[in-house]
Amino acid sequence: MNPIAQRIVGPRTPAELKRSHPLRYRLPVGLLAAAAGLLLISLFLPYWQITMFAPQYPAGLTVTSYVNRMAGAVDEVNILNQYIGMKPLESAAPMEKRFAVILIVAMALLVVAAVKIHSPFAAWLSLPAILYPLIFLGDLQFWLADFGLNLDPHAPLNMSVKPFVPHVLGVGYVGQFKSVALPCSGLVLAILATILILTGLWLQRRAYKPLRDRQLQAALKGDPA
Amino acid sequence: MIMKHALKTGALLGLIVAASFGAGCSKQSAKQATYQGETTKAADVIAQRKLKPDDVIRALQTFVPPGEHDPYLMFASGGQNGQILVYGIPSMRLLDEIPVFTPDSMAGWGFGGSGNEVLREGDIPASNLGPAKELNWGDLHHCNLSESNGVYDGQWLFANDKANGRIAVIDLRDFATKQIVKNPIFYNNHGAVFVTPNTTYLIEASQYAAPLGGAYDSITNYDKTYRGEMTFWRFDRQTGRVDTNQSFAVELPPYWQDLAISGKLVSDDWIFCNSFNVARYHGDDMDGQPSFEAGATSRDTDYMHIIHLSQAVKAFEAGKFERINGFPVIPLKTEIADHILYLTPETKSPHGVDVSPDGRYIVVSGKLDPNVTVYDFDKIQKAIAAGNLQADDYGVPIIPMEDAVEARVEVGLGPLHTQFDDKGFAYTTLFLDSAIAKWSLGGSAETLHPDVKPWTLMQKLPVQYNPGHLTVIGGDTTHPTGQYLLSLNKWSIDRFANVGPLYPENLQLIDISGKEMRLLSDTPLGMGETHYAQIIAADKLHPWQAYPEVGWNPLTQSVDTNAAMPGQEGIVRNGNHVIVNMTIVRSHYTPEIVQVNQGDDVTWHVTNIERTPNATHGLAISAYNINLTVNAGQAETVHFVADRAGVYSFYCTKFCSALHLEMAGYLVIKPATTQTAQR
Repeated sequence: MNPIAQRIVGPRTPAELKRSHPLRYRLPVGLLAAAAGLLLISLFLPYWQITMFAPQYPAGLTVTSYVNRMAGAVDEVNILNQYIGMKPLESAAPMEKRFAVILIVAMALLVVAAVKIHSPFAAWLSLPAILYPLIFLGDLQFWLADFGLNLDPHAPLNMSVKPFVPHVLGVGYVGQFKSVALPCSGLVLAILATILILTGLWLQRRAYKPLRDRQLQAALKGDPA
Repeated sequence: MIMKHALKTGALLGLIVAASFGAGCSKQSAKQATYQGETTKAADVIAQRKLKPDDVIRALQTFVPPGEHDPYLMFASGGQNGQILVYGIPSMRLLDEIPVFTPDSMAGWGFGGSGNEVLREGDIPASNLGPAKELNWGDLHHCNLSESNGVYDGQWLFANDKANGRIAVIDLRDFATKQIVKNPIFYNNHGAVFVTPNTTYLIEASQYAAPLGGAYDSITNYDKTYRGEMTFWRFDRQTGRVDTNQSFAVELPPYWQDLAISGKLVSDDWIFCNSFNVARYHGDDMDGQPSFEAGATSRDTDYMHIIHLSQAVKAFEAGKFERINGFPVIPLKTEIADHILYLTPETKSPHGVDVSPDGRYIVVSGKLDPNVTVYDFDKIQKAIAAGNLQADDYGVPIIPMEDAVEARVEVGLGPLHTQFDDKGFAYTTLFLDSAIAKWSLGGSAETLHPDVKPWTLMQKLPVQYNPGHLTVIGGDTTHPTGQYLLSLNKWSIDRFANVGPLYPENLQLIDISGKEMRLLSDTPLGMGETHYAQIIAADKLHPWQAYPEVGWNPLTQSVDTNAAMPGQEGIVRNGNHVIVNMTIVRSHYTPEIVQVNQGDDVTWHVTNIERTPNATHGLAISAYNINLTVNAGQAETVHFVADRAGVYSFYCTKFCSALHLEMAGYLVIKPATTQTAQR
């Protein structure tokens, strides 16, 4: 094998070690695979929801966001938003919604690939998946700000509702509405995936670091170990 | 006396408050002080309002806290207003008025749109007797809920128009009328609409005898050509309509048929109907003869009609009918030959005919007899089987009264209608005594109350005043619930603040859950006369909150292919025919400006594209008598000729949002010639 490729891929697992310490080598594989699985499952689950309460909406109006679509009281919220001049919800994040599924599948595949990479490169492969929940929330906050700050100045309620930045999580107030934004099961799975990946990578490093150190020392000595 | 009341009330209140708060707060002694505070406050209110102990209990029994729902709904006929009223029980809050026979501007019923289609369907068509007659009111006496296996299934509601001989079908998915059927052979009815136990047939019995088909004949030919009839309308649950092709009538003697009812369980397949002018009186009071009230009651007995439905259906299917005005009518001679119709005497001037929950007993009240007469279905069957019956002048066999009667129960003066509970008791309104009589059933119902003497009056509760019908929850079904009874009183005299010479009716809610009946509340009704009502558990109803899909046609209960849909709004001209495709949503119309030429034939489709419950909009066009109510999802179509030029605003009649006033538009009608209309 090409030495650079070998450095990237890291040491293979000696069969006798696999037999003597099965857990040490299998656990990181299991954790990373599970993380990839959770990411894929999360595609079918809601990530985030905002519920708006007002006197005339005692049960609240809930809009739910999936990675590639919105569900719930979108029409009703759009009707209400026209009074403050907010753009229709479905016009938000067009690129994200279009490519979300492909990107998440790709991230999951990279995590699966990291199982076979017994070097620090495994972390680089997993990095998108590790950061994904933060990226999701950051992007959502970006769009919330974009919507809240770019209100039509000629909207009917332009006098009483000024541009504002809705919070991505937590409680906010606009007009007679109190809104409560919460993470949903999909995002929870994604966060869980991050934790599993970090744990898996740490266990993987612990299992392969001695092997890799030896490999590197051997390489330094010019000994093809 | 007042002191005694106050003491009693105080003691009672202490008990009530202790009972209501005691359970939850034993641990929290700090809260006890607050509750004692409430007790004092409540005592102050009771003292200030001078309530008696009984009043406090009544209030607690009927009070439904703000935001809470009533466990039962009552569908009540509106009498001369031609509509159905819907009440919550026990609060007696009026929840809805369902327009049926009469235009109703709140519901946009009869001012363009689908309501017009239903109303016009009920008109009398032109015939060789004369021009068509447009009917814009009805005298709605009896509403009947659809039944499955003898209990209300909460799907349909039916109603009659006594004045014009019509019946109506109401869909309880949207609480809206779907069909009005004009009886082709008769101008009036009364024993209508009553359903068979699975709502296969709707019963409509005529009232004031006349030549069938509505044709002319001299009143001197009364005995020969004047007739009564009973129509059996076949109801099709699939289409939600009466299937007139599967419906037929049976000819009846000119006895002025009255209320009718279907048997159930053991008496299923048999129909019972009163009559009150077996004397066939038709004298002329201007000619020195007595008036109808004296002449019609000159005999000691009238006849209960007993009709074997499946025999009638068999005769209809075998083609043993004549067509009158195109409608199949089984003649009397066939009814006699095919064992369809029997009579049995009943004390004169009867009104109610009601069947006990087990189907065994038929209770008839002769208004002028202090007894209710209880007929035994088994005895009737035995008498029919024995044969050898005398016949009336028309050859209809008469079952001797004594062979059919099981019991007579003396209840009081002016007995009218009877309903039943689940404990083996019957309740009969006494018009003259102005009371409700509670009496015990015997025979098959005795096991329900082993410690009570059968066929005995238990209690008379005065009501205010002149009760007509009464209703118990499911009180005409196989499974009544003996909790509440409504006495539907004709007169209110001194019960309410005077509002001029047209008095409200008085609907009295009565608790029948205990041994003794207790009056709970009075509710004035100043917008109609409730003849009959039925009470159903609210959880048996599953109405839509909004129409299921956008573009919904309430008449077909499906999406209308002609409905105006979002993205396809606009005005299309084809010669002088203009089609407007309009959508409405808070708070604007699309389009908002509609320009047509004087004389254009306008078809205006309007769809409320809201999906939010309660987001109803209106479309009212000035001067053109157009006023639509369009609920969430609903599509409506109105046709008119733009024959008057000018600028007309249209606007939303429902206060739908903060920008409701801005929800308006212009119908601009350009004059055909420049000389007209322009100033």
